[in-house]
Amino acid sequence: MNEKPEKLIDKKGLRLDGRKSNDLRPVKIEVGILPNADGSAYIEQGKNKILVAVYGPREVHPKHLALQDKTLLRCRYHMAPFSVQERKSPAPSRREVELSKVIRESLEPSIFMEYYPRTVIDVFIEVLQADGGTRCASITAASLALADAGVPMRDLVVACAAGKVGDIVVLDLMDEEDKLGLADVPVALMPNLNAITLLQMDGALNLEEFENAVNLAIEGCKKIYEMQKEVLKAKYVNVKEAED
Amino acid sequence: MSTFFEPRQLVTPGDLLAEGEYIAGENTYVEDKKIYGSRVGLVEYENKKVSVVALKSFYIPKPGDIVIGTISEVGFKGWTVNIHSPYPAILRAGDVLNRSFKPQKDDLAQVLDMGDLIVAKIGSYDRTHDPQLTVDEPGLGKITRGQILTITPTKIPRVIGRKGSMISMIKQETGCNIILGLNGVILITGKTYEDEELAAMAIHKIDEESHTSGLTDRVTQMLKEEKTKREGSKK
Repeated sequence: MNEKPEKLIDKKGLRLDGRKSNDLRPVKIEVGILPNADGSAYIEQGKNKILVAVYGPREVHPKHLALQDKTLLRCRYHMAPFSVQERKSPAPSRREVELSKVIRESLEPSIFMEYYPRTVIDVFIEVLQADGGTRCASITAASLALADAGVPMRDLVVACAAGKVGDIVVLDLMDEEDKLGLADVPVALMPNLNAITLLQMDGALNLEEFENAVNLAIEGCKKIYEMQKEVLKAKYVNVKEAED
Repeated sequence: MSTFFEPRQLVTPGDLLAEGEYIAGENTYVEDKKIYGSRVGLVEYENKKVSVVALKSFYIPKPGDIVIGTISEVGFKGWTVNIHSPYPAILRAGDVLNRSFKPQKDDLAQVLDMGDLIVAKIGSYDRTHDPQLTVDEPGLGKITRGQILTITPTKIPRVIGRKGSMISMIKQETGCNIILGLNGVILITGKTYEDEELAAMAIHKIDEESHTSGLTDRVTQMLKEEKTKREGSKK
């Protein structure tokens, strides 16, 4: 195991990986990479590697789960046994069940659920490598996969975390900062509608710090949102080129 | 009153398309008198109507639509048909047999078995009930020969072309009969396998380049070139 670092922020105010307090980790996103799924996306954010597949809307099985007035959204957040240093049991843990629910609830407001009653949309999130902030990266990727599947949506959902490390508020916590830091505030946002769909806080912050953290996270979200849109459009760029 | 995109520009869900005196068309929604897109697609401004032509979608049944489906289940009173939609379709036995049907005498699997393909019309459908099919019309029923192609349902209008220009051109050039299921499934029946291949090639080209202009001319040219090439190789 890695040794515990002495300081999370050095004298110059740089973090363990050399980032400034308001820098994101490098983000790479791809869309439509699983031919068998109706929609899919893959995201790398720092050392996070997450794969998302969307199926549906389709018939609900078992039938009694079907809702008569709207679509049922099912989410499964799962970490691969090899995604962390110590092998993780492949059975769903308490944490994974909770994250599945949290992610589902952050995606639900973006989807026109009432359009397709008695159907289900399945979202499968597979974390291949985890490095802190997987819930946020999962939400970002899942929303793209839904758009790729052709599900009608109000807006894309994008998520990013901010937190307190040492004495300062920083953006996009990585694993060490998450574990050894003082607080973590994940935020999910629909940027065009300016609506927050997820807001959590783990740790202790005073009111001012909390406000700073939320504003910083929203800024980070907006940066990732631009990438999200670009990637979604890039899938059809070859088509556009044929036109010229 | 203003629009925010060029016509035929690529938009993503949540993009603000227009503000003010506009009518929200397909794949858009209104909030606070502003019109936003709800799917990935190409935006279109037609008079006062703002709509998005989706690049990926799924088929939602509409009464009167002709669809092509696969029998997925043989039941006691009828069949369940997969029509490439979120909802499975139902085909009643009486509708196919054209007479009152007796469960003791008739074996439904002998009429239509699992995996059989049918051309059918949506008889009825609403939010609360699964779509019901009917084959009680000339041209509908079991498919016995030909080739099947599947494309995104939103691209079917492009295959038809303006006033049917595209589809009639393909029919004429290849000598094939083509039935377009509005659920994105296409049946091609021709005199020879080669003719069917040719028509399938043309439809694939339309599917890939569906949002480009002057497509009919290019498909015509491609078909003619392909035909002369094949005749040349025969000699």
